[in-house]
Amino acid sequence: MTVQASAGAVRRRRTRTSTAVRGYGRATPYLFLAPYLVLFLLFVIGPAIFGFWMSLHDWDFQLPGKPFVGLQNYKDLFDPLSATAEPFWHSMRATGIFTVASVPFLVGLPLGLAVLLNRKFPGRTFFRAVYFAPFVLGVAVIGLMFRYILDTSFGILNAFLGLFGISEIGWTTEQPWAFVALVAVTVWWTAGFNSIIYLAGLQDIPPEQYEAAELDGANGWQKFRNVTLPGLRPVTVFIVIITLLASANMFGQSVLITQGGPGDTTTTALMVITDTGFSQFRMGQATAMSYLLALCLAVVALVVFAVVRERKS
Amino acid sequence: MRRRPSAAFWVMVILLTLLVILPLLWMVITSFKTVGESQADPPTLIPQDPTGRAYGEILTTGGQNPVLRWALNSFAAAALHSLLVVTVASMAGYALARMNFRFKNAIFSFILLTLFVPGFVFLMPNYLLMDNLGWLDTLAALIVPGAAGAFGVFFMRQFFLAIPKELEEVALIDGANAWTVFSRIILPNAKPALATLTVLSFLTNWNDFVWPLFVLFSPERLTLPAGLTLLQGAYTTDYPVIMAGATVAAVPVLILYVFVQRYVIEGVANSGIKG
Repeated sequence: MTVQASAGAVRRRRTRTSTAVRGYGRATPYLFLAPYLVLFLLFVIGPAIFGFWMSLHDWDFQLPGKPFVGLQNYKDLFDPLSATAEPFWHSMRATGIFTVASVPFLVGLPLGLAVLLNRKFPGRTFFRAVYFAPFVLGVAVIGLMFRYILDTSFGILNAFLGLFGISEIGWTTEQPWAFVALVAVTVWWTAGFNSIIYLAGLQDIPPEQYEAAELDGANGWQKFRNVTLPGLRPVTVFIVIITLLASANMFGQSVLITQGGPGDTTTTALMVITDTGFSQFRMGQATAMSYLLALCLAVVALVVFAVVRERKS
Repeated sequence: MRRRPSAAFWVMVILLTLLVILPLLWMVITSFKTVGESQADPPTLIPQDPTGRAYGEILTTGGQNPVLRWALNSFAAAALHSLLVVTVASMAGYALARMNFRFKNAIFSFILLTLFVPGFVFLMPNYLLMDNLGWLDTLAALIVPGAAGAFGVFFMRQFFLAIPKELEEVALIDGANAWTVFSRIILPNAKPALATLTVLSFLTNWNDFVWPLFVLFSPERLTLPAGLTLLQGAYTTDYPVIMAGATVAAVPVLILYVFVQRYVIEGVANSGIKG
């Protein structure tokens, strides 16, 4: 009895000493993680799974019954006769056009801006902060501000162009100007963000590589081509991916500047998804659209990765 | 090694600066014009008949467009949201950076993976969840779900990985428990990272557009971005009023930005490098 008790005490003490050296008990890491993991499971993992479940149902959240329909919501999107297919694919086209038109500018121009800001010049920190500033404003402010600037009759842009004899352009009401306007506004808004990420990447390239290139007699362009660009490859992939994600989520600019028009040419996928789910209450159909769009996005991202890997080898 | 910047370089820098500042300036100028002057052709660069009517319109017309109330809602939601993010993300980030436990890498990879899942996937199911929790049309819907985002955890983990280990080992050998080490030693040393994450989550939440647009309905419950769409609908071509609303939404963040731009920019810069 006593022996057992003291053996237990020894064991306990030993455990205690070993935890003291490790610094924490076995449950401690999980306790630190718990608050976040609860939120993560409840608002990220749960909804991601539940959303897919919804897409397999005729989920009208106003009706009591939500019958299981299998892949019907997905099939409807590929059935030209269904009421949902046409607006959905129009919106996919609008999102696609916007993405294809904006990504090159959002990846290219910020690189130029970053190279500019990477030089040493007086006031560099100030100008860096100015170029980044638009990004701290929300899309609501940006959208309303440019809706006025781009207005066909009252906008200052057309007034300015008029000084050069250019007649009124329907930036918010005519194609292709509506897409030009949406891309330009988005570049104005987010170029600074991407260039700050590039700038961090530029500052990570070891100066020895430039010195070595100089010893080899490389000129400015050759240094850019052979040292800067390869050094920025990982950062560029990151920027392409987050820019693709942001473009696929495009919503506010179209809602506030073009109201999806002219016609439905700038009505983006997210506008149709929210309209189907929140205005028509057909949430099963809306989640099916979301998952299909996410799938398309994943395919594009994989293509980007594949292209980059090929370039490397 | 590098040449001094040329004149062309400075022209470029100044032009870009004007490109950023002029639209914002135009927004503020317009908010002080009369409706007629805001539609004048050619536009007047300085208000000929400056008036505060637009601000009077949005700040006093009670029930219809309670802009001050929207600003207060935006501030409350963003402040509480960033507090929640910093709390849960620093705890989780610390565990993931400094403790050893089963499935650690699997858990972290999984969290990181969700950074690349587009937001619209969560829109409908989270809306239903808000409905079930009774959070629709409340600020809780703006404060809590967004704190499940992976960025904060990723950001804090990166920072904690870089803090020297000796700091906490000494305290642990002295018998301090993990919580004491975390709250007394780690957090005080993580102030820059905590400040950066606070500012970034505040800005993101303040500017969030899609989510508040659908989970809030009552005019007095809206945040500024959601409210601005009401203003656009109600005042269509009364641009001074719309620009005044946009100015009210923009000025607080621009002032905040002037003071904390270093944190914002460093935070964004750090988010990319290790990505």
